[in-house]
Amino acid sequence: MEPILKLFTDLLPGLSQLPYWLLATLAALIAALVLFGFIAVFALFAIWLERKISAHMQDRLGPMEVGGWHGWAQTIADTLKLLMKEDIIPEKADRILFKLAPMIVFSVSIASFVVLPWSRDFIPADLNVGLLYILSISSLAVIGILMGGWASNNKWSLYGAMRSVAQIVSYEIPISLSLITVILITGTLSMQGIVQSQQGNFLSWNIFHYFPFMFVAFVIYFIASLAEVNRTPFDLPEAESELVAGFHTEYSGMRFAFFFLAEYANMFIVSAIAATAFLGGWLPPFSFLDFIPGPFWFFGKALFLVFVQMWLRWTLPRLRVDQLMYTSWKVLTPFSFVLILIVSFWQLLTL
Amino acid sequence: MTGFYIALIFFVTGMFLVAVTLLFSRLLQTKKPSPDKYLTYECGELPQGGAWIRFNNRFYIIALIFIIFDVEIVFMFPWAVVYGKIGLLAFVEMFIFIVVLLVGLAYVWANGDLQWVKPRPKLEHLPKAKGK
Repeated sequence: MEPILKLFTDLLPGLSQLPYWLLATLAALIAALVLFGFIAVFALFAIWLERKISAHMQDRLGPMEVGGWHGWAQTIADTLKLLMKEDIIPEKADRILFKLAPMIVFSVSIASFVVLPWSRDFIPADLNVGLLYILSISSLAVIGILMGGWASNNKWSLYGAMRSVAQIVSYEIPISLSLITVILITGTLSMQGIVQSQQGNFLSWNIFHYFPFMFVAFVIYFIASLAEVNRTPFDLPEAESELVAGFHTEYSGMRFAFFFLAEYANMFIVSAIAATAFLGGWLPPFSFLDFIPGPFWFFGKALFLVFVQMWLRWTLPRLRVDQLMYTSWKVLTPFSFVLILIVSFWQLLTL
Repeated sequence: MTGFYIALIFFVTGMFLVAVTLLFSRLLQTKKPSPDKYLTYECGELPQGGAWIRFNNRFYIIALIFIIFDVEIVFMFPWAVVYGKIGLLAFVEMFIFIVVLLVGLAYVWANGDLQWVKPRPKLEHLPKAKGK
């Protein structure tokens, strides 16, 4: 936060007269607004990208009309449509919880952006418990999903919400365990600390540490993160062929749009965590590429992982619920426990 | 402390922005209420009963197992941070801890609680109702 504050006081010297807490509040507000804008633009772009990717993978063209060049304005038009849709709350729904659910789901994802390190200087707040913070705040989304599913008073929604919660909490375990192996190496929970401990060329990134064990940890994290954000092959909560739309069946218009926005924001967040913890965050792959600023590398790595998520969505079929639970509890969890023991033992040898 | 204050501001701003957008959307939208629109969706049929019912208890078992494991994992975070400084003692202690955890996992596994599709429960034979 300090570099951003310094930027402000340099631009407007009068600001330094203000008390520190007010200045910090202002800076945080502006950062939150900027990141809100980023999430909105990123979601618009990612939805368009996903439609194009899915289309080309299936030998179709995808949106081509709106906006001229390859239908770039398609999602903007969709958003305008959602904005003008009538706001419908079912009669039998629990109105307060129904309205609160998209707010919670969305603000949880915006709160996760607090500790994402974009570059050496730009990070909204470098908490010393960064990784733990992002894990705990992102699991709050479960409450929003359950709230939405329950409040709709719809059988599909309740089924979707229950499945989603069971899935997210199950995959939380392998996620945390695989990130513990990263903490073992870096010895810090701060996101900047984790990035800075991977200085050097790409071989010093955590993914190549203790080869091949950290690579396995990365794969476990990536699989579990797919389940965490309800992406295929783990999209049972919104399995459209059986549950209509899962927990957001009753949502329409802008409320639905916020669930959708949060889903794309979460895709970016889990990819960004993977990029930070395993792929060197904002560090370039070779040190002579230092002149390209950090946000480029950070965004590029995260975007690549988002692309892989989309790629998998159009490649793999959906799992069954029992297979889902099997993968989490009987494969990923024991493997990551063993991985922690191996990595800590190896580290003991090199201490 | 400032860091968590900023996180709080982010969270509140997020909620506020959602509210503002919904308000903005309310200004743009047309409102043509009709009783059919406010029915619960059930594939076009009239909804039968509500959804606030008792639910399959395997979801709660998963939640219970999750809580046990998550609490134990929280203990592992500080261990991982200081591991490089302590070394052998930390390794031995965490080895014992993880083995105990794995015994718990093995118990749950053997007990069949991780099995999603359960074989039909064998109900004891109930006496037939008398008369017609």
